[in-house]
Amino acid sequence: MAAPVLGDLAREQGLTVYTQDDPSFPETVPGRIDDTMLDTSHRLGIEVVPTLIRFEGGREVGRTYGWDRGEWERISGIAGLGRDLPQARPGCGAKNVEPGVLERLRIRFNETGLKSRRIEIGSDEDEQEAMFARGWSDGLPLVPPTEERVLRMLDGTARDPQEILGLAPPDLAPATVEKIAVNAVMAGCKPEYLPVVLAAVEAVLEEQFAMHGVLATTMFVGPVVVVNGPIRRRIGMKYTYCFAEDEEGSSWEPLSVERGLKPGQSAVTVFAGYGLQGIVDQKSRDPESLAKSFAGSLKALSNVKHAPSCDALLVVCPEHHRTFKNAGWSKARLYEELYRLCEIPGDDLVAGARGVAEGGPPSLAGKSVNKFRPGGLMIVRAGGDAGMFSGIIGGWSAGGPRGSLPVTKEVKP
Amino acid sequence: MTVLLDPTSERSPTIRPRLPRPERLDGLTIGILDIAKPRGDVFLHRLGERLAERGIAVRHYAKPTNTRVAPLPLRQQIAAEVDLVVEGLSD
Repeated sequence: MAAPVLGDLAREQGLTVYTQDDPSFPETVPGRIDDTMLDTSHRLGIEVVPTLIRFEGGREVGRTYGWDRGEWERISGIAGLGRDLPQARPGCGAKNVEPGVLERLRIRFNETGLKSRRIEIGSDEDEQEAMFARGWSDGLPLVPPTEERVLRMLDGTARDPQEILGLAPPDLAPATVEKIAVNAVMAGCKPEYLPVVLAAVEAVLEEQFAMHGVLATTMFVGPVVVVNGPIRRRIGMKYTYCFAEDEEGSSWEPLSVERGLKPGQSAVTVFAGYGLQGIVDQKSRDPESLAKSFAGSLKALSNVKHAPSCDALLVVCPEHHRTFKNAGWSKARLYEELYRLCEIPGDDLVAGARGVAEGGPPSLAGKSVNKFRPGGLMIVRAGGDAGMFSGIIGGWSAGGPRGSLPVTKEVKP
Repeated sequence: MTVLLDPTSERSPTIRPRLPRPERLDGLTIGILDIAKPRGDVFLHRLGERLAERGIAVRHYAKPTNTRVAPLPLRQQIAAEVDLVVEGLSD
């Protein structure tokens, strides 16, 4: 359709056509250049084909894209172009900006800005084994972090790749957005998950989370991540150990709001926790009974002889939440009742009492001790719609201000 | 060739350094690996004798053929049994 117009331009003004796919097109123009490697297209930042650029003295002085008679006449200075053509037609997306192609061009033109050291793997080397040999994996398969994949991962965030999220223990290396993106590729993340990963890394590297201790302790804890806000549904989070609070249908404020963020803001909360302890209760139909059931299970955390004990994240399943909701119990009410029910007679906690050598000093006798420090208990609503199975995620024994405190961070785009 | 981006803090070299050579042989067990090159066995046998005279524990191993890398079980056996290995690489 455009061939006669291009022929006219070539005759009257001098025209060079760079073709992205078919170097024999258009036959009406003698000065055709094969740009199937897309180098010129990339250098000129072409986004749409056709793009018409006017050069004077080697410098660009005008540009239009698609077909628009008025624009083409203005740029070329020739009146009456393409009389048989409609007034305007949009162009098509250029090949050089297609996903995958653009990344390869940026790598070839050395425009990525990526700072990470390049590691060359021989063509006969097994990538998985090469990564394992370098200590990048525990032997399970990884996605090889090629430059293309890392660039695509970084498209998932608006943050500067060189922004430092914090210092990563144990050697306090700066954790840049780029480094986290490299690791996110290896872990199989999609680019749209990256903002959550970045917020989680930022959170665990906060001083009060004590990541060094969480990594170094011989206890069985690691970061547990709770996600709140619209990002949960945008990226389709499932309920795993990095899990989304089930905010829909809840009568309680989300954990992130309880911890100071605004409703509707996406957030992560990290908690130094360990494996899930289930609370199976299929008979409680009133909140008093269910609260007692929860408290009894909570009191066993770490050891029945420990108080105050570790922090805990209480994960209330929807069917259990319903019991509280129907009875009009707010989250604050449940906190209040649980703290009250978790008071333990000191006599039971003394080392040797009840036939167990573990326990506290004799001075506990005659006192009442709470299982949790103030603020040591957190409640979220999560889990499958069916089943009266709530859960407790116990925390690091060094929970609290002397060790690790939970941290909440906003997920930034 | 594939180019990967380093996911680490980049505080160790990309190529794994060799283990340092021991300063003394006392108390170590030395493996002598005959790779099946002609007369390699003669040289290595004599070397083993000299080491044994100095009271050093020596174990002898042989590859089935010099044309292929040592079979995995042999490599694992050597790694488990000795502190260092001496082998003759050429005719």
